[in-house]
Amino acid sequence: MDLSSINPVLLLSALIVASTPILLAALGELVVEKAGVLNLGVEGMMILGAICGFAVAVETGNPVIGFLGGAAGGAALSLIFAFLTQYLLSNQVATGLALTLFGLGLSAMIGQGYSGIQAPRTADIDFGPLADIPFIGPVFFTHDWVVYASLFLVVAVWYALTRTRAGLILRAVGENHDAAHALGYKVVRVRMLAIAFGGACAGLGGAYLSLVRVPQWTEGMTAGAGWIALAIVVFGAWKPGRVLLGAYLFGGISVLQLNLQAAGVKVPVEFLSMSPYVITILVLVIISADRSRVALNAPASLGRSFHASS
Amino acid sequence: MIRLEKRPQPSRFWTAATPVVAVLATMVAGGILFAALGKDPFVAIRTIFWDPLFNEQFAAFSRPQLLVKAGPLILIAIGLSLGFRAGIWNIGAEGQYIMGAICGAGVALAFYPLQAWWLFPMMVMAGALGGWAWAMIPAILRTRFNTNEILVSLLLVYVAENILASMSLGLLRNPQGSGFPGSRNLQQYPSAANPELIAGTGMHWGIVAAFIAVIFAYVLLSRHIMGFNIQLAGQAPRAARFAGVSPARLVIFCLGLSGALAGMAGLFEVAGPAGQITIDFNVGYGFTAIIVAFLGRLQPIGILLAGLLMALTYIGGELSQFMLGLPAAAIQAFQGMLLFFLLAGDFLINYRIRVGRTAVV
Repeated sequence: MDLSSINPVLLLSALIVASTPILLAALGELVVEKAGVLNLGVEGMMILGAICGFAVAVETGNPVIGFLGGAAGGAALSLIFAFLTQYLLSNQVATGLALTLFGLGLSAMIGQGYSGIQAPRTADIDFGPLADIPFIGPVFFTHDWVVYASLFLVVAVWYALTRTRAGLILRAVGENHDAAHALGYKVVRVRMLAIAFGGACAGLGGAYLSLVRVPQWTEGMTAGAGWIALAIVVFGAWKPGRVLLGAYLFGGISVLQLNLQAAGVKVPVEFLSMSPYVITILVLVIISADRSRVALNAPASLGRSFHASS
Repeated sequence: MIRLEKRPQPSRFWTAATPVVAVLATMVAGGILFAALGKDPFVAIRTIFWDPLFNEQFAAFSRPQLLVKAGPLILIAIGLSLGFRAGIWNIGAEGQYIMGAICGAGVALAFYPLQAWWLFPMMVMAGALGGWAWAMIPAILRTRFNTNEILVSLLLVYVAENILASMSLGLLRNPQGSGFPGSRNLQQYPSAANPELIAGTGMHWGIVAAFIAVIFAYVLLSRHIMGFNIQLAGQAPRAARFAGVSPARLVIFCLGLSGALAGMAGLFEVAGPAGQITIDFNVGYGFTAIIVAFLGRLQPIGILLAGLLMALTYIGGELSQFMLGLPAAAIQAFQGMLLFFLLAGDFLINYRIRVGRTAVV
């Protein structure tokens, strides 16, 4: 065992890259849940975003268009969920599961000819002298634009939810859809838009996995990242800042266990690989053990169908 | 203008008719999908739904496979359906299936090469116990710490997959397997094998267990207070609490039973058709069973039929892979589509479509 081979600077830098897909997906799901909708299809939207983003980037040779393709793929899949749950009033849990199963199948089908090829590289942004600052430079100023976009999105979602009228309406719809309807807000329309936003974010996160993090396409490559994003929304108590913290914590654990594997720690590889999932479960338990806090933060109409007649 | 109007009572007709409509709609949409892949849609649909049963060339091989594939699906889906009815979402059946298989096979391999009549029953019990214990983790976390059982049960699938990898490379590896991963083949160990009971039918003990589970669930739901409590808790949780139904006991019961059934399904598979513990012996029955449970309307008899139909799409999918070169993933997307159409059709049970202007009441 040689722990000195683990470089803290590289570790922190890799942590940010590892966390970004989950952060994007969790932010999208946060907005969806704030609107009172529980979309369990994050995993399906992520993996479809991963293959759509990868395929578009390979075909066009341009990773930026690839990311747009990934977001479009995730959003398109989420609209199936939106239509079923908002217009046909289907059970949100079951429909979300269907979305995941369908997304996994569809992505594997689309991705047939794409395994084993390289995606066009997404270049890191050049910050000039900033990148040369010891420690801080290599950790914070050597990433691609998506990392900074995701951090900007954290602030944007926080601002939009708490400081704008649109955010207030969205939260009203999520807290009490009957009251929001009585005030004349279009509950279904608000929720449709929120779901599409969540799908686009999940698709973007998936595309980041296949275009930057890995960067390759393999079947089922999300490996539960979508479910972990769902857990992080609960962990973050539906607050963007804490979701960021949760995503980075999780990214830190997954990078650390990979580094420990590489350093040859005397723990079987399988136990290291399962640690991110086990720790996510433990964190969920700690957070939800305090019933009053969860009840205080969770949107009151979460998971309930809305029909104007009832 | 089209709008939905709530029915005073759920429609009995549509409750029975939506699965049929959903299957037909999936055939149409699937046909379009296959056409987009450049295959003749009519040939593809016939290969999936007709040839496995009636094609002279393949039926002899495919027909027994129908029961082999339907057995675990039905066994798992019966357990899941009880929880789904009560609003308890166990979506980690795949993990419980793996743990059941590991525990059951572990018992067999611990006694190798002993020959005794009691070994197989003991393996079945160990399998059920393994699945039960794995399902107890989300159950206890839910009842003690209020943790969401959907996320925990699903995340535990990934943990179980890692344990499976560790077992087939380490503890349970065949010592005479010249270093290859995977355990001894249980089919070559008569006391532990789960053989075909009637030659040429595919019938093994797992399918017997599935039929027993269907009957058991039917009796439970229609004749026993627990079945009544499950339905009550699902339809009117507040009323159920006033009636003295303990939510915690329901969670423990539903998750435990579905875990035990999934674990048994895993054991029957590993001792029979699969034969040995390998890194990837699980093929996603635990997830497909979710579709089976919904397709069967969460009713035991419905699940029996839905399990057979879903098994047919598995076999037909393999056949179309071999005959038409359809990608293996196409059938997975096809199954997901079926669930969408089913859920979309469900609104007809509770709502009526009205076309035209409406009088304001």
